[in-house]
Amino acid sequence: MPRPTDLPTPTPRSSSDDQVFWDGLAEDRLLLPRCTSCGSVFWHPRPFCPECSCTRIDWFAATGNGTIYSYSVTHKAPGNWGAHAPYVIAYVELDEGPRVMSNIVDADLDMLEVGLEVQAVFHAGADGGAVLRFTPSPG
Amino acid sequence: MSIRNAAHIAGVFEHPGRHLPDHTVPGIHFEVAAGALADAGMTFADVDGYFCAGDAPGFGGLSMAEHLGLTCRHIDSTETGGSSYLVHVQHAAEAIAAGHCSVALITLAGKPRTGGAQPGGSARGASPESSFEGLFGLNVVNGYAMAARRHMHEFGTTSEQLAEIKVAASTHAQHNPNAYLPNVVTVEDVVNSPLVADPLHRLDACVITDGGGALVVVSPEIAASLDRHTVPVLGSGLAIKTAGGRIDLTHTGAVWSGPAAFSEAGITPADIKYVSIYDSFTITVLQTIEDLGFCEKGDGGRFVMEGALQAPHGRLPFNTDGGGLCNNHPANRGGMTKVVEAVRQLRGEANPAVQVPDCSIALAHGTGGSLATRMGSATLILGRES
Repeated sequence: MPRPTDLPTPTPRSSSDDQVFWDGLAEDRLLLPRCTSCGSVFWHPRPFCPECSCTRIDWFAATGNGTIYSYSVTHKAPGNWGAHAPYVIAYVELDEGPRVMSNIVDADLDMLEVGLEVQAVFHAGADGGAVLRFTPSPG
Repeated sequence: MSIRNAAHIAGVFEHPGRHLPDHTVPGIHFEVAAGALADAGMTFADVDGYFCAGDAPGFGGLSMAEHLGLTCRHIDSTETGGSSYLVHVQHAAEAIAAGHCSVALITLAGKPRTGGAQPGGSARGASPESSFEGLFGLNVVNGYAMAARRHMHEFGTTSEQLAEIKVAASTHAQHNPNAYLPNVVTVEDVVNSPLVADPLHRLDACVITDGGGALVVVSPEIAASLDRHTVPVLGSGLAIKTAGGRIDLTHTGAVWSGPAAFSEAGITPADIKYVSIYDSFTITVLQTIEDLGFCEKGDGGRFVMEGALQAPHGRLPFNTDGGGLCNNHPANRGGMTKVVEAVRQLRGEANPAVQVPDCSIALAHGTGGSLATRMGSATLILGRES
């Protein structure tokens, strides 16, 4: 079950193009799209491969492991995120290749660095669904 | 087909206002259009092509063309964010070369400082990536901050080096009576200003200003008939950088737009006397200077030290109006003012303290979208009438 969180976490807006991905998150599973033609694991999810335009896409369960590609400790922000500052926005490089935008949560801000190993956590959306975030890997 | 010498910039105008609570956005579009046409010695009746981007209220370019009273046989509402107006110059030159128009008017206006957003704006709907990026507190500053962080990681760039870029812009802005931030700042001022999104400080960012600007681009035949000194377009390059999931944050589209522009103009970076570099943030300038080939990739931090960017005698004088960092960033889109200041330099009409001697060839570069992710880069090489 995705866990509750204090961070702004609206129910994601899904569509027939990406429903498999969001359904996976709601079951604590990170499913990624892979092109059956060129093998590319691409991001963001869509029903065709942006590398070769093939429309035959497989979904597979990713490890949920990755490293921080870049990050920013955000101290001032507009809107409803302002009250949650400082918070960490990041690009996480998944072990499967894609670099995905997310947050790093439950982290000691002084320990953050590019290359830090992180793992997926699943945050419950306000009205169902789930959002993919990351936390430093133990050890 | 090349657009080298196919068109000239005959008129430019930058709205002097930075805080315009009593203006409307369509009204600013009109004022800047009138200003640029007057600068060229022309009138609205001479215009037969109109170019605008997403800041223009209404339906594409149609609403503003009607509002301005234009009769057009060519229209273009290309939207690549802040770089749109450099793309428009390229497209105007192409249209002029093809005979589709002979006097192109390009306008920009907006009021991010005092509000006044117009109804009936974009009808394009949510972007396909927004479902995947709208959940994490992304804003303009922390998006660029992640690019800065990665550049620091890969190349050892420091906050002090980034600060040198703001210092150079501020030394220029002190001579500009319209600059929003006219005071000279030091490296210490920048790095001691509040962190907005680590590693970017408040003074690493551009200003937020109301205002706008306009350009008039004409055929060589019309340019020859005008009393005004005009500026030939020598080369242009355009690149859209996308990633498909393999995003990298340390290269911009200038990697491609720069060489395309230099090639068309038949010159190299060493020939450039002055540059207008898009400066939404200090990191935007640093990456762009590298990608345009003014130094090796990763050496931008060292390159900008010791006043390299300061006019008139630095190695690469840049943004002599004070740029977006200190002067003006109207409608949150800095591309228009980049072209305007390059034209001023080539005409010898920059503020005297920062006029580059014998400024015969200049480069203007625009950045749109979010740095190094999905972005539109546009490079123009501009010359002087022979």
